[in-house]
Amino acid sequence: MDSYINSDELHHSGAEHTHDEEGNKMFGFIVFLLSESVIFLSFFAGYAIYKTTTPNWLPAGVSGLEVKEPTINTIILVASSFVIYLAERALQRHDLVKFRLFLLTTMAMGTYFLVGQAIEWNGLDFGFTTGVFGGTFYLLTGFHGLHVFTGILLQLIILVRSFIPGNYDTGHFGVNATSLFWHFVDVIWIILFILIYVWQ
Amino acid sequence: MTNVPIEGILLPNEKPNHESPGNWKEYFSFSTDHKVIGIQYLVTSFFFFLVGGIFAMVMRGELMTPESDLVDRTVYNGMFTMHGTVMLFLWTFPSLVGFANYLVPLMIGARDMAFPRLNAVAFWMVPVVGIIMMGSFFIPGGPAQAGWWAYPPVSLQNPTGNLINGQVLWLLAVAISGVSSIMGAVNFVTTIVKMRAPGMGFFRMPLFVWAVFSAQIIQLFGLPALTAGAVMLLLDLTAGTAFFDPARGGNPVMFQHYFWFYSHPAVYVIILPIFGIFSEIFPVYSRKPLFGYKVVAVSSILIAVVSGIVWVHHMYVSGTPGWLRLIFMLTTMFVSVPTGIKVFAWVATIWGGKLRLNTAMLFALGGLIMFVFAGITGIMLSSVPVDVHVNNTYFVVGHFHYVLYGTVTMGLFAAIYHWFPKMTGRMYSESWGKIHFWLAFIGTNLNFLPMHPLGLQGMLRRVASYAPEYQFWNVIASLGGFLLGMSTLPFIFNMVISWMQGEKAPNNPWRAIGLEWMVSSPPPVENFEEIPIIISEPYGYGKSEPLTANLSE
Repeated sequence: MDSYINSDELHHSGAEHTHDEEGNKMFGFIVFLLSESVIFLSFFAGYAIYKTTTPNWLPAGVSGLEVKEPTINTIILVASSFVIYLAERALQRHDLVKFRLFLLTTMAMGTYFLVGQAIEWNGLDFGFTTGVFGGTFYLLTGFHGLHVFTGILLQLIILVRSFIPGNYDTGHFGVNATSLFWHFVDVIWIILFILIYVWQ
Repeated sequence: MTNVPIEGILLPNEKPNHESPGNWKEYFSFSTDHKVIGIQYLVTSFFFFLVGGIFAMVMRGELMTPESDLVDRTVYNGMFTMHGTVMLFLWTFPSLVGFANYLVPLMIGARDMAFPRLNAVAFWMVPVVGIIMMGSFFIPGGPAQAGWWAYPPVSLQNPTGNLINGQVLWLLAVAISGVSSIMGAVNFVTTIVKMRAPGMGFFRMPLFVWAVFSAQIIQLFGLPALTAGAVMLLLDLTAGTAFFDPARGGNPVMFQHYFWFYSHPAVYVIILPIFGIFSEIFPVYSRKPLFGYKVVAVSSILIAVVSGIVWVHHMYVSGTPGWLRLIFMLTTMFVSVPTGIKVFAWVATIWGGKLRLNTAMLFALGGLIMFVFAGITGIMLSSVPVDVHVNNTYFVVGHFHYVLYGTVTMGLFAAIYHWFPKMTGRMYSESWGKIHFWLAFIGTNLNFLPMHPLGLQGMLRRVASYAPEYQFWNVIASLGGFLLGMSTLPFIFNMVISWMQGEKAPNNPWRAIGLEWMVSSPPPVENFEEIPIIISEPYGYGKSEPLTANLSE
């Protein structure tokens, strides 16, 4: 029968229509991250265009970027992605002790990355206002650093929440989202690293 | 249970109103009900429509004479900047989000949006945006004056020398509006993908939902580019960076890329829901199924995708090389294919239908006619040689006002009239509605048609004074503008009086078959007592097989 809505089945529909709130949240978060990645892509595209079209890309007196320290930083950050994965796995096994341990390790590695970046910034011979080069460098690394900082905050929140009894017995949206965010921040950094440090 | 047969369609017995969404105080509170939020969006955005309209009246008053004699030039610059910004960011965007908020959960058989609190937060950012924008009129140096596109280096000039100036406030407001829109987009996409009633596959979704879905995907992937550009411009203004400042090695054209990568697709964010509204209205008042439902649905997605690769047509004269202009000319012209599909589908829907020309249908038809005109001038503008000739003239202004008033605002009025009984539980006055329509239709054409000859003759946009030979068409345009401004008065009168003491509306006054018409007017708090099951496509008007539409008894 050509009907839009079936009345006979209506009384069964309530049970079928389970409200998958965790699934919705995760889906929404992934959609949000896709949108975030476009911001980074916009900055990356801008950087590439500026770099290839600006005459005197490196302003006078600027010696360019040191690669060694940022490489170590990169390795630490990428490794931390595996550690948070282990934390997630530990929580699935309801091993809260290991969960907290791995999470603390991730936070320490993230903090190491941020401190390393601060030290690097401090030693550079150009500033935010040193031409377009300085502007794009600090904008990209700073915006990414803000995301790393946000990631560490999220990790702190899920760590604190793990001490509330019964909190992580069922759904783990907060944990899964934090972990996904951290992987996202990592992938963005790898692109950024290649763009800024490798391609000089 | 019994069903009432109407023209071969079986509809549920109309039940008396019950559980209206609460008293008026709820509309001033942090409600998480999508219907309350929808109306909050609509009323707030209409307020800003009036503000933007007053700016337009002042500008048309200034343009009655060739001299700049009515307002100070700073004020004039601020007014055209704010007129454009307010009409886009505080009228068309939020009002369509209002409709989407109100209708999408009802149309897909959900009890609410996926994230009701996020929804409320996104709404309450809109008044904040408005307050910041309007507040900039009261700071030293006045509001932003660089036009709604805020091109550097003009937007980098700081009349006060202070850190906080009109342009900074403008950028902050746009950024907040962007955050609000991203929140909304995440919410709509999640709701539409995850919360559809059982049986509602993508090809059983109403076309308004398809349109909202496509538009919100554009928001997700376009808005971040504008945000990136806005952040960089803000840093140039406040932190001393040199991204867009040519005097310091920056590249102002880069801003144009960031800006138009979003702001051209933004046009489709606005117009796709209007296409959705047309697709809902024409079948109801023609008593015919929508012609080519699936093709129309897919064309929305196609428009969303193509919209991402057309932005450079705004930059034909920004030093863009010829080969690039050719590519963007072709992609821009291609947009007319999915758009044309829709227009033909609507015409085929109306064709041979049993038309009921009430106010909603008149506004939809008027909007369609003016959209066809706007489409033709749009194709003209996509062509490089024409664009180079009329770039930055009133021809462009005429074109996009046919889009933004002729189509979008007329479409919004069509939607307001069409869903008014559902939202308020009251009927509106048809005679006042028709007075509104005819004043608006004549006013629109009288206002915006003369802009085309003016532009072809070379009158530049954004000017307060002009050569005397342009006066004739300017006077006609201004008189049309005043008529258009006046047309809003019968609308306000009608809406206020009808909402307060209009005739009680039945649940389904237009005998429509959308899900939203199957619940009481206004709908109860959680929309559906039981979630319906959908078993066919949504536009079965006049089909031989009778339709059963039922919720629960």
